[in-house]
Amino acid sequence: MSGWPQFVRRVPTAIIAFVPMVFLGLFFFYPVLTILASSLTQGWGGFADIFQSSRARGALWFTAWQATASTALTLILALPSAAVIARTDGRTGAWFKALVTVPFVLPTIVVGGAFKELFEGMNSTFGLPNLNHTAIAVIIAHSFFNFAVVARTVGVFWSGLDHQLEEQARTLGSNSRQVFWRVTWPRLKPAILAAAAITFLFSFTSFGVVLVLGGLRQATIETEIYRHAIIRGDMTSSATLALIQVVAVLVLVLVNSTLERRTSVTTRMIRSPITPLRPRTKAGITCFTLVFLGTPLFVMIERSLSFGGGYGLQNYRALFDKVPQLPTTAMSALGNSLTYAAIATVVALTVGIICAMAIVTRRKLVSRFFDLGAMLPLGVSAVTVGFGILIALDEAPFDWRTRWWIVPIAHALVAVPFVVRSVVPMLRRIHPSLREAAALLGASPSRIRRQIDVPLIARGIAIAGGFAFAISLGEFGATSFLPRRADTLTAPQAVFRLLGTPGDLLRGQAMALSVVLAVAVAATVITSEMLSFNTANRSRRKSPIGS
Amino acid sequence: MPIRSVLLVSLCIAGGALAACASDTSAPDGANEDLENVQSVALTLVTHDSFAISEGVFEAFFEQTGIRVEVLTSGDVGSLVAQTILSSDNPVGDVVFGVDNTFMQRVLDRSILEPYKTTELVNVPERFQLDSTHRLTPIDYGDVCVNYWIDALNGPPPVALMDLVLPEFSGSLVVQNPETSSPGMAFLLATIAGTPDWEQFWTQLKANSVAVTNSWESAYYSEFIAGGGSRPMVVSYASSPVAEVIYADPPVDVPPTGVLLDSCFRQIEFAGILSGTDHPKEARSLIDFLLSPTFQNEIPMNMFMYPVSQKAELPEEFVKHSQLTENPLSLDPAEIEDKRKAWTERWVEIVLD
Repeated sequence: MSGWPQFVRRVPTAIIAFVPMVFLGLFFFYPVLTILASSLTQGWGGFADIFQSSRARGALWFTAWQATASTALTLILALPSAAVIARTDGRTGAWFKALVTVPFVLPTIVVGGAFKELFEGMNSTFGLPNLNHTAIAVIIAHSFFNFAVVARTVGVFWSGLDHQLEEQARTLGSNSRQVFWRVTWPRLKPAILAAAAITFLFSFTSFGVVLVLGGLRQATIETEIYRHAIIRGDMTSSATLALIQVVAVLVLVLVNSTLERRTSVTTRMIRSPITPLRPRTKAGITCFTLVFLGTPLFVMIERSLSFGGGYGLQNYRALFDKVPQLPTTAMSALGNSLTYAAIATVVALTVGIICAMAIVTRRKLVSRFFDLGAMLPLGVSAVTVGFGILIALDEAPFDWRTRWWIVPIAHALVAVPFVVRSVVPMLRRIHPSLREAAALLGASPSRIRRQIDVPLIARGIAIAGGFAFAISLGEFGATSFLPRRADTLTAPQAVFRLLGTPGDLLRGQAMALSVVLAVAVAATVITSEMLSFNTANRSRRKSPIGS
Repeated sequence: MPIRSVLLVSLCIAGGALAACASDTSAPDGANEDLENVQSVALTLVTHDSFAISEGVFEAFFEQTGIRVEVLTSGDVGSLVAQTILSSDNPVGDVVFGVDNTFMQRVLDRSILEPYKTTELVNVPERFQLDSTHRLTPIDYGDVCVNYWIDALNGPPPVALMDLVLPEFSGSLVVQNPETSSPGMAFLLATIAGTPDWEQFWTQLKANSVAVTNSWESAYYSEFIAGGGSRPMVVSYASSPVAEVIYADPPVDVPPTGVLLDSCFRQIEFAGILSGTDHPKEARSLIDFLLSPTFQNEIPMNMFMYPVSQKAELPEEFVKHSQLTENPLSLDPAEIEDKRKAWTERWVEIVLD
């Protein structure tokens, strides 16, 4: 890359840092502040009302505890898979990672149906209580959707640790349990905290899962914002709740980034073999993951193939035909989705990686500023962002609210936090002495970034890119509160519309389209894994900083 | 990949997007290539996500009038109403379609629509013309009714709304939460209009083990028998049995579901001209067109609603398989808007406690 023109190499870091600031400022902060300011014109009385209403208090409480419980359960269920991912490279590893990422794009209604059958089966077969429409169902579904966040972020971080420490501890007489809790666990903490933060925010603002799997009692801040704004037409109450949501997310991100900073450990980038899992343990974890994540997928595939009382590919062929329920064919909706996902991935990676680099600087204020700015979009409700864009980006030069590209931009907003939290732990553990040595030897800051930082975080970028792509492909909420043109229909919206009219034919097509979406995500993850695996290996061989 | 190349790529994409939007006017896909007429106007029709119409319909309108129509969809009907009100200072479009009688008062309470009395109203029965100020013009209607799966009932189907609380239908019905679902709201309104004491009715319905979901999709696809659930009765639409025939797999001759006609609440959908449009004359032509047979005839097979115009013809499938009651339940839109909060709060208390 030494062929870059001189003027590009001199672009100061400050200008690069403007990219995420302009992006987040224009498409997130300006719209959100506009809608909050215009709705909160009646002073602060709204807050007293909210805190006096037992229903709103209930929603605040339920939101907080279900998000905490969802995060805990996701960690419990997915950390064993992280251990498998840490020890599985190459093709098998790529397939495993593809499987855990697929849930991101599965339509909530399909997953909800599969879980309902599972709960009823457990109820009739084992006499367990029927969990359908309970808080527990919501929590289990959140672990299903966030499984990849924990398994992949922690797994890849784990594989990059310096495993000689474990070896030494074992030599000194520690048993494997002691080695894990005293040597491995403390060093995994930054990645676990990062994954936990994403899972918490995702569950905190979850909308579809709560509506589909929860019952009437399971109101969250997010569903209450929707109810006040849409059903009641009461923008003041809705904005009051939105502001409470923002404050809660701010506090959470501050706590999380403080913990993450405290626990971060640097590692000498030494390639040492990781202790393998016992075959029985590994097989058990793999089996659990396949069953837990694969069941809804299996139900979906079975239904997509059933046709005319038997099985066939007719539902897939029908995706090329126009049905009245869709303004275009299902396949062109899929084409839109793939285009938007590609754009959203590039935008989210650019913004997210720059934010991550700003977050790991030693200047605390800069770090906090970018950390909060990049994480907030995941913690603010879709209604707030959508309506904000509707009333803020409505006049020249920002008359963008009905442009087609606002869709991938909205997807990128949701994906940026995933990118940041995948990359930050990787960046933090790069030992400063590496950079210092390079600087002493005369390397420019940009050369350090290029030859030390980037190769070392290649795997983190691969995960982040895979997440961004999958999130965009499966995204439903962010743009549903914006007026959209018919030719911007995305595949998840098409699935939802196909399910909006009764009839088994339409349902079969909805299932087929969902399967195609899942395959698209799996293929992307496998490709990006294979590419990053090769890149990382090559750079490790080439660069002098490895072993 | 170095940061700078990522940055450059994204700048290129951003630049490309800006260039695209600068040249981006109204019609997608460069559809105005054949449009040499400089005078021609493009109108934006804002509607909800359930809007659907055959491809050639707005082409026909363009050939008649030289007016292009671009359709913007925005969520469900509640979301459409909220967006229309929020953006009324600077509307997204020229004409709004899809505001129904359960939400119309919220729109009428604000001066965001232009009055227009189209001559086409002579073909529309009086009972659909709910807005005497003619800011909202009726376009189509449909009924929200209890549907039942004929083969899954042990005895004869219910014939009256009050039958739903009988012991033989215990555990049979699934309804939607009126606070999150528009058919759920319509069914609550049906019980308010159609039973002597709706609070008592819901108390009895709860004792009869009614199930409640938050959305129509959850009710129909996961609780109702059609989607593999176990309940033989669901709140859906009067036109649902027609869809169950048209989209049956394997094909069937008669619908597997029937409709409890006594439970039907009428939903009427309206269109209106948004104040502030630059093209009021063309917007009026579009309202005329929405009531013309060309558009009205397309409504049933695309949106599974019924045309309000008496000149429109129902397709064969609808004539054969759909049942509409002569006496649907209804309530004054102003009363709905006024009492919605109190009614839904009371409903939550009854069903939850």
